[in-house]
Amino acid sequence: MDNTKLVEIASQVRRDVLRMVHAVNSGHPGGSLGCADFLSFLYFEKLRINAENFTMDGKEEDLFFLSNGHISPVWYSVLARAGYFPVSELSTFRRLSSRLQGHPSTDKKLPGIRMASGSLGQGLSVGIGAAISKKLNKDTNLVFTLHGDGELQEGQIWEAAMYASANKVDNIIATIDFNGRQIDGDLDDVLPLGNLSEKWKAFGWEVLEMDGHNFNSIRSVMDSAISLTGKGKPIVIIMKTEMGQGVDFMMGTHKWHGSAPNDQQLEAALEQLAETLGDY
Amino acid sequence: MEIEILGHKDTRSGFGEGLAELGRTNPNVLALCADLTGSLKMDAFLKENPDRFFQIGIAEANMMGIAAGMTIGGKIPFTGTFANFSTGRVYDQIRQSIAYSQKNVKICASHAGLTLGEDGATHQILEDIGMMRMLPNMTVIVPADFNQTKQATIAIADHQGPVYLRFGRPVMPIFIKPDAPFIIGKADVIKEGNDVTIIACGHLVWKSIEAIKTLEERGISVELINMHTIKPLDEAAILASVAKTKCVVSAEEHMINGGLGEAISQVLSRNLPVPQEFVGVNDSFGESGAPMELMTKYGIDTQNIITAALKVLARKG
Repeated sequence: MDNTKLVEIASQVRRDVLRMVHAVNSGHPGGSLGCADFLSFLYFEKLRINAENFTMDGKEEDLFFLSNGHISPVWYSVLARAGYFPVSELSTFRRLSSRLQGHPSTDKKLPGIRMASGSLGQGLSVGIGAAISKKLNKDTNLVFTLHGDGELQEGQIWEAAMYASANKVDNIIATIDFNGRQIDGDLDDVLPLGNLSEKWKAFGWEVLEMDGHNFNSIRSVMDSAISLTGKGKPIVIIMKTEMGQGVDFMMGTHKWHGSAPNDQQLEAALEQLAETLGDY
Repeated sequence: MEIEILGHKDTRSGFGEGLAELGRTNPNVLALCADLTGSLKMDAFLKENPDRFFQIGIAEANMMGIAAGMTIGGKIPFTGTFANFSTGRVYDQIRQSIAYSQKNVKICASHAGLTLGEDGATHQILEDIGMMRMLPNMTVIVPADFNQTKQATIAIADHQGPVYLRFGRPVMPIFIKPDAPFIIGKADVIKEGNDVTIIACGHLVWKSIEAIKTLEERGISVELINMHTIKPLDEAAILASVAKTKCVVSAEEHMINGGLGEAISQVLSRNLPVPQEFVGVNDSFGESGAPMELMTKYGIDTQNIITAALKVLARKG
């Protein structure tokens, strides 16, 4: 897919995110905006998926797990735009009886979701389990996971990291949304991660770095990551992003991590994002 | 009442034998362990199916997450560690990634309760039944002896959905026949009687059988129900028995708070309120000691069941 098309998709996804959180005055726009480019690329160019015929087992398909479940708005938008469920359903986000729960869940059977997430730190273990299952089933498709950088403060992530390299789980590509911010402020003020690249290397992972807002970078690094699968080591991509990317007044701060824009702010934000695929 | 003792074994060995049999009969069954393979008696499965056995290391949270992920693709993972590390340590992982996500994981927990013995209160979990029965989608099973634990282990592989299977360490009498039917959610009436109903699970079923000898010598007719499935609870079996006896003793190797007895009392208060006495640990941690000494000290021994039965009969009037 050419970059112009991806830019158009990501712009529409960002509009969806802002309109969804504004409509219910809740949700997490900051990280959602920051991951719009990456998830648009994954679902529209890279993942080998069957959006129209979703199955929980996902055999002969690539699997994606969102570990930092609070950025559900961007995932819901991308899933809908990719054909998993009607785009009109985005208007039900966080409302009573909706399949689009505040954090992703499976119990209401929203196509595209295979695991609840929200309580942080669990998605890497889940992805590793699914990757092992694929190997046992002789399924050569891959497992992709996405994690927040703040989420790496959870100990279970490092239990999982240790396990995957020791057991040569080499059909998983984890991506870290490295925006340097979390609810309480800058990550370095809350609890610094130190040398993140060296930490993952010390845990036995192949480590790649990527600009999460440059489709050429995303494409070439993802291709490199995929070429590294099957070689005995799990792969992690440290993806540099900006929380709030695409809306000038939401960037450079942690304040839009978990708060919705008001009417005027929404209007100002949408002026910066072209409506390319039609608002829901 | 004559109940034949068929032998003596630990319930965890019943799990080990059941798991080994599943290894031979069901290629989708996987086993995961957090550095307690020998204690959980998983050695036979490991030896026969090394490619389907996963040594996770001392990382129970990761084990629960990996097990949840493995179900995607149709595998049936059985996790094995002590009951304490199978529940309290990983409650949130079970809650989000297994129960809420409706994953087909079998959480198999050994060394439950006081009868773990000398290791003491850090390892003697008495709250696990409560935690697990509170979780939507979770099935909770506490088999009574070696044979029933083996049967239950095999049965849960065919049950779609998360299961908590609780068993223990001490060698105890075997009294359930190896070919006796085991149906999840269907209680066993071990003995029929008219004066008082005793409903027990796990090791307390044998203790109740011991108690019945003394009670019958005093001319009391006891009905004994082995409530091996705590959730879903066999309400019909409880109500049918209590309609006859009009009083109940519950008996479990667990905290009274949150356990089998509370589950029973909820059924009775909604349908058929009658006097109930609770044999269980009363809001206390355990301590180091020999298993049977601990059962006596913490009030879950044969004599406690006898005392409770006499008390509830007196309350019935």
